Amino acid sequence: MADHYYNADDLPRFGEIGNNAPELAKKFFDWYGAVFADGALSAREKSLIALAVAHAVQCPYCIDAYSRDALEKGADLDQMTEAVHVAAAIRGGASLVHGLQMRNQATPIGM
Amino acid sequence: MKVLSLAARRDPLASPDAQREVLARLPLSRTFADAAASAGHTPLRAASIDTLQVNVGKLCNQTCRHCHVDAGPDRREVMSRETMQLCLDALARTDIRTVDITGGAPELNPYFRWFVERVAALGRHVIDRCNLTVLTTPGCADLPDFFACHGVEVVASLPHYRATSTDAQRGDGVYAKSIAALKRLNDAGYGDGTSGLRLVLVTNPVGAYLPPPQASLEAEWKRELMRLHGVRFDALYAITNMPISRYLEWLQQSGNLDRYMQRLVDAFNPSTVGSVMCRTLISVGWDGRLYDCDFNQMLDLEVTARVPRHIRDFEPATLANRPIVTGRHCFGCTAGAGSSCGGNLDDVPSLRSRERHRCLPGVPRDIRR
Repeated sequence: MADHYYNADDLPRFGEIGNNAPELAKKFFDWYGAVFADGALSAREKSLIALAVAHAVQCPYCIDAYSRDALEKGADLDQMTEAVHVAAAIRGGASLVHGLQMRNQATPIGM
Repeated sequence: MKVLSLAARRDPLASPDAQREVLARLPLSRTFADAAASAGHTPLRAASIDTLQVNVGKLCNQTCRHCHVDAGPDRREVMSRETMQLCLDALARTDIRTVDITGGAPELNPYFRWFVERVAALGRHVIDRCNLTVLTTPGCADLPDFFACHGVEVVASLPHYRATSTDAQRGDGVYAKSIAALKRLNDAGYGDGTSGLRLVLVTNPVGAYLPPPQASLEAEWKRELMRLHGVRFDALYAITNMPISRYLEWLQQSGNLDRYMQRLVDAFNPSTVGSVMCRTLISVGWDGRLYDCDFNQMLDLEVTARVPRHIRDFEPATLANRPIVTGRHCFGCTAGAGSSCGGNLDDVPSLRSRERHRCLPGVPRDIRR
């Protein structure tokens, strides 16, 4: 029994999520592979989106995987850093825009 | 950061023997011979000689951190005019179509222009592997026009279309000089797609990972270099860094060596083996000795003793069918999309599918297939 929740050695074991549901896992992995192929967006652009989302959802496995993948797709550290800022801006903006809800609640009961 | 050649530092890793020992000690899961055999090549053999690749010396104006040649301003090994004449004599006896001139910075060899003129006079296609910045050094400013005059194809190194990665690998200020050199090549007619003067850019990873898929990136590189600098080029090659000389040193010092080499082994792609460059190329060292490729040359792995080993004894028929001398470094040419002097070897749909799954956070082998 691990005494912590995240373990880097678990990353290569991702496929084990299919152990009790192999058909569902196959559907997921096939779809996942198709999502990241060159299309209307390039594979590099999709990798940078994935890197940004990985930070937004704070998934250490995904940050590990897509930091390497973005480099291997031809991105550089400047572009990857900007992608992380995009994620941070959306997270920060999402909090701030809820300030309007705060105002909607507070204004009617204020003087 | 100032980088000196391994030779200038008298580093033990300057010795090819020491490099081969480092590679031999790694706990890899299979040999390259076994991998090649699994792809139907037992042993791996040359199929023809379409290209004579001539390394005219280790002298270079740069000292890049990843250089497999250990080239630099301090190196004095350069090909003599007599050895170049032996190359010309060999060429004249064959129908080899392409002469691929590399270094170091080949342009710094004092007989470089003499050699290019005579190869072109033989009616052979000339490729110059250019680091770009050399075109901004004294005495080289007119080289773009010289190249254009002889129809030389320029294959130029540029790790990234932006400055950060380029300067990290090749030295501060290299990106700006490289862009200036590309503009001079454009001015001489290179890269416009219609002049017949072909300008190719070569990107390689700035770290311990595999190169990008070149077909996917070429359009983006063209768009961005035009947008940022008004620079044009014809094609993009993506090549894998080889665990030799200074890149091997960097892998060791950064703690990446074992993982990088196993990555190359795990990414072995059987469909690339038939297209590896050693099957259609022979490499000539600065002293005239023959090798299966420039990487074997730097590891001092000469062609098999069953064939002539010096350009003066060149026998095209014997050499065209020679067994290739292989080693662990050869996994660098067969990993992922494969790698050669012409970039990726393989872009078939089955490979793209495998590469997609490789991006997943750790999809196991049975699902990858």
